[in-house]
Amino acid sequence: MDAVFRALADEGRRTLLDRLHARNGQTLNELCEEMDMSRQAVAKHLGILEEANLVVVQWRGREKLHYLNPVPINEIAERWIGKYERNRLAALSALKQALEGDSK
Amino acid sequence: MTKATQVYVTYIRSTPEKVWDALTNPEMTRQYWGHSIVSDWNPGSAWSLRRISDPNFSAACGKVVECSRPERLVLTWSKPQDPSVVSRASFDIEKLEDAVRLTVTHDELEPASEMLRGTSRGWPIVLSSLKSLLETGKGLDSDKLFRC
Repeated sequence: MDAVFRALADEGRRTLLDRLHARNGQTLNELCEEMDMSRQAVAKHLGILEEANLVVVQWRGREKLHYLNPVPINEIAERWIGKYERNRLAALSALKQALEGDSK
Repeated sequence: MTKATQVYVTYIRSTPEKVWDALTNPEMTRQYWGHSIVSDWNPGSAWSLRRISDPNFSAACGKVVECSRPERLVLTWSKPQDPSVVSRASFDIEKLEDAVRLTVTHDELEPASEMLRGTSRGWPIVLSSLKSLLETGKGLDSDKLFRC
């Protein structure tokens, strides 16, 4: 669990997760596009995300594809969010999104 | 249009056999999934995920493609109300030193479909609940908190 928090405590790594959330299953080259970071830095961040089990790698032929794995984030959420709170929190979150627009 | 793939991984302090049974035994799935999974688990046979309160209602169904206990299970995956739309779920169970790595790969999904939205919400919850049940004896349907 410490590894998950450490991995999430970096803007660049959160941006990589955002990009996989928008389009799952990308190569290192694809993820490097539009990132203001060297290829080595992106590879290193992906390694930290992979160690925290937030990114999972699968090979498709010769292509190494990166997938967002939200399971550890759900485990953290479940630790502090009860079953009956889930729907109310989802409603609040939807309301916040509607009122604030798509901006993050 | 390219089909979408989702990959989910969880590490569970358990054995491959116990994880396999948790995925394929209806008494186990009802404890962490809230549904009973029903099949004879022969390749080509049908499977379905039935609501406990109403066994005539299936949340998902399909055919068994591959069944190699305790390592790999592959299922076609559809909604009973729309059986022509077929995706695929593969479960890979890998034994580590003192734990099991369970990978669920759900692919052949229609992009931006209701099914894709459903699986991306559902799998993290189902897998967290499965992990909780095998490690602590309680699925997430319990109100109790559990360790990560």
